[in-house]
Amino acid sequence: MTPPEQSVVERLQERTPPPAEPQVAVSHAFEIRNLSVWYGDKRAIDNVSMDIAANAVTAIIGPSGCGKSTFLRALNRMHELVPKTRMEGKVLLRGEDLYAPTVNPAIVRRRVGMVFQKSNPFPTMSIAENVVIGLRLNGVRSQKFLNERLEKSLRMAALWEEVKDDLDKPGTSLSGGQQQRLCIARALAVEPEVLLMDEPCSALDPIATARIEELIHELKSRYTIVTVTHNMQQAGRISDYTAFFYMGRLIEFGPTTKIFSNPSEPQTEDYITGRFG
Amino acid sequence: MMHTETSDNHAWRESKSALASAFAFISAVLVVTPLGLVFLHLLIHGASSVNWNFFTKLPAPVGAVGGGMANAIVGSLELLALAGAVGIPVGVLGGVYLAEYGSARINSVLRFLADVLNGVPSITWGVVVYGLVVLRFKGFSAYAGGLALGLMMIPLILRTTEEVVLLVPNGYREAALALGVSRWKTIVHIVMKTASKGIITGILLALARVGGETAPLLFTAFGNRFWNHNLAEPIAALPLQVFTYAISPYDDWHRQAWAGALVLVTGIFCVNVLVRLLTRGRGAPVA
Repeated sequence: MTPPEQSVVERLQERTPPPAEPQVAVSHAFEIRNLSVWYGDKRAIDNVSMDIAANAVTAIIGPSGCGKSTFLRALNRMHELVPKTRMEGKVLLRGEDLYAPTVNPAIVRRRVGMVFQKSNPFPTMSIAENVVIGLRLNGVRSQKFLNERLEKSLRMAALWEEVKDDLDKPGTSLSGGQQQRLCIARALAVEPEVLLMDEPCSALDPIATARIEELIHELKSRYTIVTVTHNMQQAGRISDYTAFFYMGRLIEFGPTTKIFSNPSEPQTEDYITGRFG
Repeated sequence: MMHTETSDNHAWRESKSALASAFAFISAVLVVTPLGLVFLHLLIHGASSVNWNFFTKLPAPVGAVGGGMANAIVGSLELLALAGAVGIPVGVLGGVYLAEYGSARINSVLRFLADVLNGVPSITWGVVVYGLVVLRFKGFSAYAGGLALGLMMIPLILRTTEEVVLLVPNGYREAALALGVSRWKTIVHIVMKTASKGIITGILLALARVGGETAPLLFTAFGNRFWNHNLAEPIAALPLQVFTYAISPYDDWHRQAWAGALVLVTGIFCVNVLVRLLTRGRGAPVA
């Protein structure tokens, strides 16, 4: 094995264990300070500050167009793919500024993975190729390493038992719920620290949704998860913290139990009880 | 429901509909007929001269029996290889640039220029290359012919590549970028791979298109009655040979010209069938 390959493998392995070292009270994955995002002249996120707890599930709720997805994408700089975006403020991941001029967005996205609303396995690739493509394109050549990571990722995504005999079949041959778990496995394969989920269940039937929710619950011991959801019951079921966004602003943020049982802001209560949104 | 309509009105509508269908059908037949006629005509006049000699022998002098177009067939393939070496990389990368990079304003200018280039009469390419290459290097050559055909291919491939790359759903780009894959690798390994069938189709159609061109070769490849294995020398090409034979006053050369045209049309037909087969395959998200 050549040295550069080794270094990639090592780099990936180095950050595998989430830090167990004791930190002050709740450890924070993200610290977000005065974040604003514009698309052209339109301000999509307005001066948001919040801390996102590590190894917990944080749900982002709010009506359509309130900036949920933009906020999520600002956490791994995916919003920059839209031309003419601009941001102000700071996003720190474990104390590191993700928007520092020296930081490569590709490295940010390796640390902060993402699962999308519509499952999108690559149509030209088999199940196995889909899972390891991130590692491959990031320079990992060792077939042994790729095979290990393939099984590990599929197991973590609770898909291994269903597909272990069909790894060479096209990723698109799976059912909708399986495809979404395949996409989760693909995101996990590069071993990110954080998993962002943009309404991961909105296109799935209730049974497939339940499986994904179960999976999110299992994954939080190892990953920090931030998920956008339209579904109030789902936010209540899966999340430890809930943030309510409205018109680009963070209206209320706190433990899910409190937000749902005793919200401090009238707007939050109105939204949660279905009076608008 | 039209039960209350007068039957008169209804009949009039029916006949209008029938008339429109009939015109559409006749137009469709008119479109297809020339192809059938051309092919039939070529078969009648050329089929008898398409034999083993045609594919294996050099052109025979006037009056001599036998003779073929082996050198022209191989020459055409060599010219297409040279043209592909110029047209495929520039066309594909240019198309990817238009679809993935660049500002909207510059791209619309580039797109317009490519469309103008697509409309340039093919003989113009021959004249341009004559001026740029043939005069400078003081001689006709396969290189010059290949360049003329290659330049013709660029706008064709560029536009089809752009179209099929734009058809790749954005979700795949996002999925790859979200894995920390660089922009360039995403484009090459995800976007272009997804669009590969469409890109290959565009390349094959461009090759089929320039494969039948005569005008750009008249003062570049020039033609050659003998085997030529030096690409810096004039080279034979099937359409060029057909042209030379067809305007000659000799009956046996005319027969050879018919045969050459038949082989050319059949070859282009085969490429198109190949394209059909390629784009029909399962799991073709972009066709």
